[in-house]
Amino acid sequence: MIEFKLPSLGADMDEGTLLEWLVKPGDEVKKGQIVAIVDTSKAAVDVECWQEGTVAGLLVAPQQKVPVGTVLALLLEAGESAADADKYKCEMLAKFSELAQPAAVAPVVAAAPAPTAVPLKKSALAGRRLITPVARKRALELNLDLDIVTGSGPRGAVTLEDVEQAVTKLAQGAAAPNNKQADRQADRQAEMRKAIAAAMSRSKREIPHYYLAEPIPMARALAWLAQENIQRPMAERLLPAVLLLKAVAQALRKYPELNGFYRDGAFQQAVRVNPGVAVSLRQGGLLAPALLDADRKNLAMLMQELGNLVKRTRTGSLKSSELSEATITVTNLGDQGVESVFGVIYPPQVALVGFGRIIDKAWVEGGQVKVQPIVVASLAADHRVSDGHRGALFLAELREQLQQPEALEKISDTNQESEPP
Amino acid sequence: MSDNTNNRRISYRAALHDGLREALQQDPRVFLLGEDVGRYGGTYAVSRGLLDEFGPERIRDTPLSELAFVGIGIGAALGGMRPIVEVMTVNFSLLALDQIINTAAIYHHMSGGQFSVPLVIRMSTGAGRQVAAQHSNSFEGWYAHIPGIKILAPATIEDARYILAAALADPDPVLLFEHAALYNVEGELPANETVDIKSAKVRRKGTDVTLITYGGSLPKALQAAEAMAQDNISAEVLDLRVLRPLDTEAIVASVRKCHRAVVIDEGWRSGSLSAEVMARIMEQAFFDLDAPVARVCAEEVPIPYARHLEEAALPQPEKIVAAVKALLGERA
Repeated sequence: MIEFKLPSLGADMDEGTLLEWLVKPGDEVKKGQIVAIVDTSKAAVDVECWQEGTVAGLLVAPQQKVPVGTVLALLLEAGESAADADKYKCEMLAKFSELAQPAAVAPVVAAAPAPTAVPLKKSALAGRRLITPVARKRALELNLDLDIVTGSGPRGAVTLEDVEQAVTKLAQGAAAPNNKQADRQADRQAEMRKAIAAAMSRSKREIPHYYLAEPIPMARALAWLAQENIQRPMAERLLPAVLLLKAVAQALRKYPELNGFYRDGAFQQAVRVNPGVAVSLRQGGLLAPALLDADRKNLAMLMQELGNLVKRTRTGSLKSSELSEATITVTNLGDQGVESVFGVIYPPQVALVGFGRIIDKAWVEGGQVKVQPIVVASLAADHRVSDGHRGALFLAELREQLQQPEALEKISDTNQESEPP
Repeated sequence: MSDNTNNRRISYRAALHDGLREALQQDPRVFLLGEDVGRYGGTYAVSRGLLDEFGPERIRDTPLSELAFVGIGIGAALGGMRPIVEVMTVNFSLLALDQIINTAAIYHHMSGGQFSVPLVIRMSTGAGRQVAAQHSNSFEGWYAHIPGIKILAPATIEDARYILAAALADPDPVLLFEHAALYNVEGELPANETVDIKSAKVRRKGTDVTLITYGGSLPKALQAAEAMAQDNISAEVLDLRVLRPLDTEAIVASVRKCHRAVVIDEGWRSGSLSAEVMARIMEQAFFDLDAPVARVCAEEVPIPYARHLEEAALPQPEKIVAAVKALLGERA
């Protein structure tokens, strides 16, 4: 039996609302198939399933908000039958039967007939959610579904105050149903702000940042780009941003300690190079979806994917792997006209590369002053994982990469096994 | 409370002295015995002047033999007297454990109810005065384990003044623990007050968290509550006063109101009185809890001599505030 669980789509996500199922019981699911759309506090995300099987049952209904790790669906492995799924579900239920509180439970989508219609508390499936005894008692009195209550107590426990507030909010919502749409929009923005606040506060609280910057001459790169673009149709022309991203990806292969995650007190180096590209949203806030395997794609591919990624970020149709698998963040504030940017690392990543605007500057080379386009590249990195010395070498490598733009066009030929997602 | 115009400001030590003097004046069966209680006036000067007033028959200096003079007290109580035995500190009471536990506490039971032991044993307890590990213990929680005796921990001027009368009126052995750090504390004494020896008292009202404590930790809890008021956290402070039998009703009532509790106990954590209080909350108020019950106890080391280490080893207002904030999650 395969448990398909709600994945974490970023350090700031601890729950999500299931918007839509794209599969139904009986469907075969292939590795990498998009099976559901989930609303995080930031965006609607297409969630992929990374195992193969046949859908036996959908355990969470659309519009239900559930914590990360909740079993959303059960998939049959080869050779298993629907009866196995029922048995499995009954075992899960038995294990947590004391948590099933019929009065407060929302109905679930049933796959097969009767037995699966038993209310399944999501807490039963995702490991116990922390709810204080008095909060549980009060919710029972009020017949309130605890699934809709966000916890603010120690270790995120749902407290009495959370329950009372949820009830007040519900009451207000019922009183003014017409404002719901506008409220949702405002809620979404507030939620995103909250999510960014949480991630960035955690970053500044936990990560000892160090910052380095290096002005990089861009004359060669831009000249090469202009030459390249002459041969390309309008729609396929390359932007400097793509060169910068590719150069970062190449440099990271040499300095892998900037590419990965710091979790549970240790650095985990990522095998893939998936730079997250910071994209600001029109309604405010930002997302940094990953440009997967940027080191293994040529510039044309990257250009196309970047355009696509930005578009989908703004329309809200990102894939779960794009939100959860960025191994470093690259931010480019050149369009806004700033000269340099020093970023805040997005945990659990360990570095962030920032680019400012490409500006014509007086540059001394070989004893001569001449005008040359310059971009300031900056590095914010986690001192627990790397030191300034290595960070400096990384920026120097980045500079060198950008002096040989033609080499960036090549697809890296190293034969690295890609990490299973 | 009585009329404030009658109030006067006295020390905890003076309040104990006045209570003792009143008991000696009112009942000829009452007498005091212990090490240095007479000529020296008591190690903590509680009985100063009483020898002159009541004479050596009623204020009796004893040799350094706790087992013997506690035994004498038991015998006198059985014989119809109302002895008050001062064991200088709880640390030395260990030498009299057999008399206290194997005789005083169970005589009523062993005699099939024929004999009561109306004995009061006073002793100082607690740390905080740089007198090192052998003179800084807090064993009142241990004594509270024993059926057959009552354990009192007066922490206020009012209790220091009036609790002795209630203890003497009780037909069974009563142990009175005076925290050594309290003797010099001064406060208003409400006049004509009587106090009981069965109830815990709310010393400060609050709504967010109950700080449950007694004795020398009461001022620290009140200080912590005051500090938290600045942060909009309303702490109720419950003074247990009577460690055996515990006023479970008062504990549960306050926890039901505040939904959170922190127990502050100068005893060591493991197997402590705080553990008993927490267990009762779990037994009787579990469904009213909005956070796990927390506690602030002495660190589990012999109490250090060095001032900074001693301070670090004991419950302090800052530790209490931190414990409360941990219970409040995002609210704090």
